[in-house]
Amino acid sequence: MKNLRIHLGLLAPLLVVTAMILWPIITGNVSSREIVFTILKAIALASSLNILLGYTGYVSFGHIVFYGFGGYVGLYFVNEQGWSIWLGMLVGGIAAGMLAFLLGKAILRLRGAYFALATIGINEAMKAFINNFELFGGPIGMTINFSVYRDYGGAAQALSMSFYIMAVLTFTALIASHLVRLSKFGLGLQAIRENEDAAEVMGVVAPNAKTWAYVLSAIIPGMVGVLFFFKNGNVEPHVAFPLHSSIELLVMVMLGGQGTVLGPVLGALAYQGMRGYLVTSNFFKDIQLSVSGVLLLLIVLFIPAGAIGWLRHRVPVLRRVLA
Amino acid sequence: MSILLSVQGVTKSFGGLQALSKVTFDLPEGQILGLIGPNGAGKTTLFNVVNGVYPPDEGRVIFRDQDVTDAKTYQHAKMGMARTHQIVQPLNELTVRENVEVGACFGRENQNLRHAAEIAEEVLEFLGLHNRIDQLAGSLNVAQKKRLEMARALAARPYLLLLDEVLAGLNPSEIANMVETVRKICEQGITIIMIEHVMHAVMNVSDRIIVLDYGEQIAEGTPAEIAVNEKVIEAYLGDPKLAQRLMEQDNK
Repeated sequence: MKNLRIHLGLLAPLLVVTAMILWPIITGNVSSREIVFTILKAIALASSLNILLGYTGYVSFGHIVFYGFGGYVGLYFVNEQGWSIWLGMLVGGIAAGMLAFLLGKAILRLRGAYFALATIGINEAMKAFINNFELFGGPIGMTINFSVYRDYGGAAQALSMSFYIMAVLTFTALIASHLVRLSKFGLGLQAIRENEDAAEVMGVVAPNAKTWAYVLSAIIPGMVGVLFFFKNGNVEPHVAFPLHSSIELLVMVMLGGQGTVLGPVLGALAYQGMRGYLVTSNFFKDIQLSVSGVLLLLIVLFIPAGAIGWLRHRVPVLRRVLA
Repeated sequence: MSILLSVQGVTKSFGGLQALSKVTFDLPEGQILGLIGPNGAGKTTLFNVVNGVYPPDEGRVIFRDQDVTDAKTYQHAKMGMARTHQIVQPLNELTVRENVEVGACFGRENQNLRHAAEIAEEVLEFLGLHNRIDQLAGSLNVAQKKRLEMARALAARPYLLLLDEVLAGLNPSEIANMVETVRKICEQGITIIMIEHVMHAVMNVSDRIIVLDYGEQIAEGTPAEIAVNEKVIEAYLGDPKLAQRLMEQDNK
């Protein structure tokens, strides 16, 4: 009984995501499947970022670098070496995790704004590197050889399969986020978020904990990258490392509520919904990013804890259910 | 009695300010050592050096026969040293229980979460914070936050506990309570160094006292010796009769 109550916080996120996955399956509508795919991708990325941003309190402005780098590495093996998408995703995830590990050792000693600045620099540096890296196609990038899809029963089948893989990745990200939150490791991360010096005095080995949080938050984005580029059919540097996507992820996490499992889910859903409306509206279509800028400003000013944080604060009864 | 902590010729300066100069003492297991001195005498700096917040310019710190001079604070914690902060450092957005669990999970015993929860209950009961256990730490008042600091430190089951002005800002009955708590902690076999400005309390509870003034160790001895030490009276108490009166007041 007690065990069940601990996991109650996972219920709402799982229900929301399950409902979203079922929607295109029931209606059989391909275009709504694509919409849900985009939302699931945002949820998986935002939930991963949440491990670093929400639990550990470190703002990464360049988190998309793991998505781009992992995606590039995975797609290279799938496309050029003939590996399966499964192995490709595994390799992409590992590559992103290793990149995070090395970066963590180097820049996680920085705190606050300095760390945030360093992460921007890394994203741009990686983009410039890939631009000049001939093995990955340099500025032209890589285009998938259509024969790759043949193993999965053709392009249409591969697209539909990608949707289900994305669903699994999203669930994995949510469960990982939930487990970290409940674990001793997660407690250490939250102690670091609240007061890193005090946490160290109590024995939290902050350099290690931060590095592992960074690695953990990088693996799923790496895998998502491989899957997305596989489904997309090609990858180019400016598609793989868009700085504005990093910022959009921050908005999603902070809109929903950082440091909660449900927050990034709702944030990603709401943000993608809003974005979908903005890019199709005549007035906003060119300035939709400025809307997210304003949104971020409003969140930071008025609900710094995000929607879920605000609700938990106002209605303490919900604390048990909204985790 | 074995020596738990040995501070040998510790010197520390910040720019031109000599915060500590050649502080040397041995602390046997099971004692309560009072650390007193006027504001700015270097007491908290000494705690920071002993606890590894920053290394000394010169000198060594030996804890349980190991040189910990250059160790990090978290290494000190794992070895069994815990502290409270003069300016309280609660983990505001975590509950009181979670705050204490951090101490138990990452301290000397490296407990898992389940045991840490049990230890947290026990320690919070001992410190009278049990009714606040599910409150956010940020919502406590100052006296409660000081108790929370102690609870976190105790949950680590340390060998040595550094208490930095846990009585400051408390009212007389809270002070009496806290002094009693400190005694009980010592009875559990935990060695304590306490920085304190509340004279009658520190005189009462300490086995031995060290007096710092401008980073110099100007006196060391039992409370009775310190109370009549002329240097101390001059540097710290000002009025030579005050210490005497305080002692009498407490012996009533």
